[in-house]
Amino acid sequence: MSNVLFDVPGPKARLRYRTYAVVGTLVVLAFLGYIGWRFYDSGQFTARKWEWLQYAQVQRDLGNAVLSTLQAFAAAAVLALIFGAIFAAGRLSDHAWVRGIAGFVVEFFRAIPALILMFVFYFGLPTVGVPTSPFLGVVFGLTLYNGSVLAEVFRAGIQSLPKGQSEAAYALGMRKTQVMFLVLLPQAVRAMLPTIISQLVVLLKDTALGFIITYQELLYYARYIGSQGTFGRPIVPSTIVATAIYVVMCLLLTALATYLERRNRRSKKVIAAPPTATEDLVAASA
Amino acid sequence: MDVLLNNLDLFGPFFLTTIELFVLSAVGALVWGTILAMLRVSPVPVFRAVGTAYVTIARNTPLTLVFAFFVFAYPLLDIVKLDYFPAAVVALTVYTSAFICEVVRSGINTVPVGQAEAGRALGLTFGQILGQVVLPQALRSVVPPLISTLIALLKNTTIAAGFSVAEAGAIRAYLSERGESQLVGLLWVALGFIILVAVLSFVQRSLEKRWSVAR
Repeated sequence: MSNVLFDVPGPKARLRYRTYAVVGTLVVLAFLGYIGWRFYDSGQFTARKWEWLQYAQVQRDLGNAVLSTLQAFAAAAVLALIFGAIFAAGRLSDHAWVRGIAGFVVEFFRAIPALILMFVFYFGLPTVGVPTSPFLGVVFGLTLYNGSVLAEVFRAGIQSLPKGQSEAAYALGMRKTQVMFLVLLPQAVRAMLPTIISQLVVLLKDTALGFIITYQELLYYARYIGSQGTFGRPIVPSTIVATAIYVVMCLLLTALATYLERRNRRSKKVIAAPPTATEDLVAASA
Repeated sequence: MDVLLNNLDLFGPFFLTTIELFVLSAVGALVWGTILAMLRVSPVPVFRAVGTAYVTIARNTPLTLVFAFFVFAYPLLDIVKLDYFPAAVVALTVYTSAFICEVVRSGINTVPVGQAEAGRALGLTFGQILGQVVLPQALRSVVPPLISTLIALLKNTTIAAGFSVAEAGAIRAYLSERGESQLVGLLWVALGFIILVAVLSFVQRSLEKRWSVAR
């Protein structure tokens, strides 16, 4: 679509586009330059504010902070996938009461902010005598929220398959579980893999919420090192470093999703899911 | 019920702040996101590159980090002083507009090619085609994902609680000071969000019905 919005530029239009390009570049450069100058002027580029990066101890701690982020991510991702699979199956069940309960649970947790769920696990549960920790708060909060989004993704994937797939399987005499596990799920998971991974990117980013309930992950460490007087309180540099690490981690996951999508498009065996359904779900979990 | 009734002075104003935060950042994100989408389909390569770079970075940074930047780091830069509330609006706008941009762009792709071609045949410029032919149709066709993004924005406003803005996410801390049950309080907060999300879903359905483009 985007390439039919404008004609192939003629000489006049080319000149105009070039003028826009120059002006646009200047505006962007002026903006970035101003920000850069503010950084420079307020002393964010002085060596003292960056020297913490050279300390072996700080590097080790930074590595550990990234590791805690990844630990929370891994635990929550696995649990969310299991949660999603169970409740997607529940919503597709033949029994009305199972469908009802699963539907209620999924819609309930999708409407509540992940942070509130973390609060419930971290601050709420101890008041009724259940021991807990920041790690458990982060993991369970993320599991319930992303799990219910994933349940919807799985469900959309299975429902997007042609009816003939399950009909053929039933005609061969398969049982309900066999139809689901041998015929429908493998196809649905392949078709929805890019969407599932985008949701995992969301989950990875949301581990940063753990900072608010004092889970000592990457953002927590960035804040901590940023308040250290010995390094001149380098909060701006430490935020920049943390951002770079997050962006790289998320881009790696996104690259995996793009790669899988491309591979799927090549192989003709995959039944493409309708794009609107998946886009809708991913947007929902932004 | 007692926890809610005894602390209505908390729940009322705090949820009101949530709604204010939501409305202001929703307007900001819709406007800025649409501008970004226009940049991303513009004929000038530099504009496209700027839009892409912005969206890539904003979409892959945790919102909590964006908040942390605007609350802790930004004041040190001495540019324009932002209070906690405006800083929260800016953080939410900066982050959400990237998602709005992608939704609008996918909407632009759903408009049949012939529409833009007809516009070009009539001699409309890029701006006119986009503003008067394509975008009105695109926005109508993406109402559901657009509202989903806004629902995500609504839920994301709770993060402001971690950064000194007194909105619904912060009710818990005040309840614990008053010695009320935090668990019950949190369940009421959750219920409040369920209601707000239900309202937005209702708006989505009615807009969908009224605005759906006949093709």
